Amino acid sequence: MTADEIRSMILGVIHEIVPDEDLSNLKPDVRIRDQIDMDSMDFLDIIMELRKRYSITVPEDDYMQLSTLDSSVAYLEPLMKDI
Amino acid sequence: MPEETRIVITGIGLTAPNGNNLAEFRQNLLAGKSGVGTIETHYMGEVIAGLCDFDPLKYQRKKELRRGTRAGSVAVYSAHEAIADAKLDLDSLDKSRIGIYLGITEHGNVETENEIYNIKQYDFNVAVWSHHHNPRTVANSPAGEVTLNTGITGPHYTLGAACAAGNIGLIQGLQMLRLGEVDLALAGGISETPHTFGVFASFKNEGALASHPDPQKASRPFDRDRNGIVVSEGGCVCVLERLNEALERGAKIYGEIVGYAINSDAFDYILPNPPRQAECMNLALKKAGISASDIDIINTHATATPEGDKAECQALREVIGNNSNAYINNTKSYIGHTMGAAGALELAGNLPSFEDHIVHPTINVDNLDPDCALKNLVINEPRKVDKVDYILNNSFGMLGINSALIVKRFAE
Repeated sequence: MTADEIRSMILGVIHEIVPDEDLSNLKPDVRIRDQIDMDSMDFLDIIMELRKRYSITVPEDDYMQLSTLDSSVAYLEPLMKDI
Repeated sequence: MPEETRIVITGIGLTAPNGNNLAEFRQNLLAGKSGVGTIETHYMGEVIAGLCDFDPLKYQRKKELRRGTRAGSVAVYSAHEAIADAKLDLDSLDKSRIGIYLGITEHGNVETENEIYNIKQYDFNVAVWSHHHNPRTVANSPAGEVTLNTGITGPHYTLGAACAAGNIGLIQGLQMLRLGEVDLALAGGISETPHTFGVFASFKNEGALASHPDPQKASRPFDRDRNGIVVSEGGCVCVLERLNEALERGAKIYGEIVGYAINSDAFDYILPNPPRQAECMNLALKKAGISASDIDIINTHATATPEGDKAECQALREVIGNNSNAYINNTKSYIGHTMGAAGALELAGNLPSFEDHIVHPTINVDNLDPDCALKNLVINEPRKVDKVDYILNNSFGMLGINSALIVKRFAE
């Protein structure tokens, strides 16, 4: 997956998790949970979807890496380069 | 009885397989219109069931639907409709003084089965078992979802009481108002049961699941050829208030709950026990301070199992004898067995009789079972009657839990 594909995939997952939220103005370098109504259980759904769809296990210590859109792409890019 | 201990019904919110508010439900009961259809289940394919078609997005956001349960949606919809029907503005009330008491037959089967179905797609890898499973399956969940949605901060819980639960939700609400624990009760019962294959499979293997080429004919209490239960979803939440407060605000009063009883068979896991059912009805009559001859309508619990219907008829004969003028009907013939909702929902369907003096019939009786040929059983056609002052509502459940509720036409 390219960086753009990963970004688009993450936005798709977030849309499924918080379908009432408008994601069109999501700032890529600001903490996602500060911009939309998303709690810790919702965040865990992102982790779960990565596991279910791509067999990617994100260790708890790395959760912070997924706090913004940009940091998520940066973290996932090496893990998803062959997907 | 002092006005502060007299408890009245001042709002009704409901969803049934044949109606999403009382007016629609009542209209379809009088028109003989069934709401039973079919549903696809995991592992069992198509089964006969009653489903509701209310719009959950009327009161919930999409995210709430994803996080919560179907039972929660049924509860949230019914609670909002009840509050609106009572002409109450929730935000002007003291939300810490409102209690939510919802009867459930079961809860958690649907959510657990869904997770097992989910992990089966991943070779039973429990790492993909949802972290939402626990909040979805705790027993208070459907009532708790109402608090999350409405901001009500008074007590909330469910009452697990098999298929007697709808009545018992109402009884709990009444008791809490009498104790002064709350100033307003949202009480009744709910069901999401058709979304669990396990209940269908269990009834089927017990020989108690209805079958018929025409789903709308499948639920047929008192018919000679009845062959079991139609599993349905539904919800009914009533606004209960103390009479003095209801009068003060000029509320519309549907009726006054004057008698109730709950007892146990201590007899069998599934079989009914007519003497204890009769005892339950008699206890409710005693509490109401009336005799069986005062009752005008009896809504039977009968679920269309061969043994269950016969047993209830036996109990009724013992209670009402030969001198009763009570008209007897059944509501499951239209909507199937709405499980935890049944007691409250079926009562609601009968309450308009206080005003229109019409008794809705039990439908789908092609050949009346002689064992169920009760005097004044209203079959297939509505019956216009001279007066309706008292309604007796039966709701019984597995493990031998019986409940009876008596509602009186309101008169100061």
